[in-house]
Amino acid sequence: MKLVKSSWLERPPVLAFVLLIPTLVLVFGVLLYPILYTLWLSFTDLRLSAPSSGSFIGLGNYIEALKNPEFLAAMRRTVYFALVTVPVETVLGLVIALVLNQKFVGRGFVRGLVILPWALPYVVNGAMWKWIYNANYGALNALLHQLGLIEKYQIWLGNPRTAFALVMLANIWKETPVAAILIQAALQNISAELYEAARVDGAGVFRRFLHITLPLLRPVIAVTMVVKTVWALKEFDLIYVITQGGPANATSVATYYTYLNTFKFLRFGYGSALAFILVAVSLVIALLYVKIVSVEQA
Amino acid sequence: MSKRTRTLLYNVGLYTAVVVICICIIAPFAWLVLSSISTRAQLTQVPLRWLPEEPNFEHYRRVFLGGPGATSVHRNMRGGALNSFVVASISTLISLVAGSLAAYAFTRLRFRLKGPLLATLIVTQLLPSVAIITPMYIIMRTLNLLDTVWALILANITIILPLIIWILKGYFESLPEGLEEAARIDGCSRVGTLVRIILPLSAPGLAASGMFAFIIAWNEFFTAFILSSTMNSKTLSVIISEFSSKVGIDYVAMSTAGVLTSLPPVILALVFQRYIVQGLTAGAMKG
Repeated sequence: MKLVKSSWLERPPVLAFVLLIPTLVLVFGVLLYPILYTLWLSFTDLRLSAPSSGSFIGLGNYIEALKNPEFLAAMRRTVYFALVTVPVETVLGLVIALVLNQKFVGRGFVRGLVILPWALPYVVNGAMWKWIYNANYGALNALLHQLGLIEKYQIWLGNPRTAFALVMLANIWKETPVAAILIQAALQNISAELYEAARVDGAGVFRRFLHITLPLLRPVIAVTMVVKTVWALKEFDLIYVITQGGPANATSVATYYTYLNTFKFLRFGYGSALAFILVAVSLVIALLYVKIVSVEQA
Repeated sequence: MSKRTRTLLYNVGLYTAVVVICICIIAPFAWLVLSSISTRAQLTQVPLRWLPEEPNFEHYRRVFLGGPGATSVHRNMRGGALNSFVVASISTLISLVAGSLAAYAFTRLRFRLKGPLLATLIVTQLLPSVAIITPMYIIMRTLNLLDTVWALILANITIILPLIIWILKGYFESLPEGLEEAARIDGCSRVGTLVRIILPLSAPGLAASGMFAFIIAWNEFFTAFILSSTMNSKTLSVIISEFSSKVGIDYVAMSTAGVLTSLPPVILALVFQRYIVQGLTAGAMKG
């Protein structure tokens, strides 16, 4: 019997460090360093177009951002986007999960189909909906017109209100299935005996849902909503592809406004401060997430 | 209400709901597929005729076979597909190797900073890409990697490696430690037990996380959009986004590109449904 324990590499802390080197280099080198660098940039007035810029200006960018009505409006749009899409996706996801949990012919097929919107690339999703919303030849106009619901083809993306609503619709179509899949996985873990016992006690469908299903789903619904909120704050691809922030900035959310300032106006310092305000908001929600998860595991 | 009418009503309600769900999911994508096999003239007539008289596979032919009518648009789709494939598969492979080593450390070894390191990995998943892209751009420029697939591979690894570690950690934790202890008494080193015992037993976990990561990397847009500027590294996602920012675009070509870009992730997800559901529930991070 050989004894390998004597090797220095077998000591857990040493081995752990060696095994973690690739991850540390890849994730922390390419990600953590940039985050710290972004933090530094956010305190400077660096503009890519002005070579002599880049001097330290303290909280100047943050003060400018918080005083800038355009940024505040973009932030409000982001919050509005999250407040509409997240609850709608969660409720629709719950309904779909409840339906998929019943027994019916072709259930396996439908369960697979639900993954389709998740698998579709974000940009294809955007291009697809933009084509559907097209003012001259779009399927939405054709459908509503042929059903007699509208008299004239509408310029959906030219109207600030409908443009924002339709961008949210495209997001809801793509993101609802994830909520449905998460909730359905949790539904399968609820024991049938609980329902049987409740039925014997004379509880009807709605009371069983209210007193058994909903309380047991509470953790997964909470996690789904928090994760979805963070993702809603990050939404960029869809807006970039469908509206490019327009019309008249109506769909310019915080990430898009940050992108414009950084890569169109080349204000790297200001853009970094905007990004860090987003990071701060995301981190608060992330902490909430970690707290929920650890409470559920305890 | 008799039991029979109740069952009947329940079934009518259930199947109506199922049909409505299916239509809502299929209809938009079906329209994209139909648009890709229509002609431009047919798509632009009012009132719209939904089904093409006969399917027109012209753009698919031009993409795959070239020949008459094939333009730079079709060549770029081929080049973009190759870039997407190279970026997604190499970043997935590197992440699987680095991820299984890290997941082993997190599940089987005791060391300081384990908790904080894991927490940091989760938090990185929640950061908006705009927050890191400026310095990442500067780093790639310094390393002379701008507009190469390697820049996109590195960027994608930061997105999928934490996910892979998280999913594999769950798998490794579910394996009994008895087997490894037996192997170690027989003189197998820790790395040996990882390679000879844990990895073979976690084949489903490796497949699940690999599939999941490949789809996410294939679909990634923002970093590719910022870091690439020519066909040297542009992926399909970037090419599609350029379609939609042009005025007077060819909707049939655009739809063809959309369908072709979606096919790999959609087919993988439908065939390996179970893996994807496992990945989503284990990760519960990537929306």
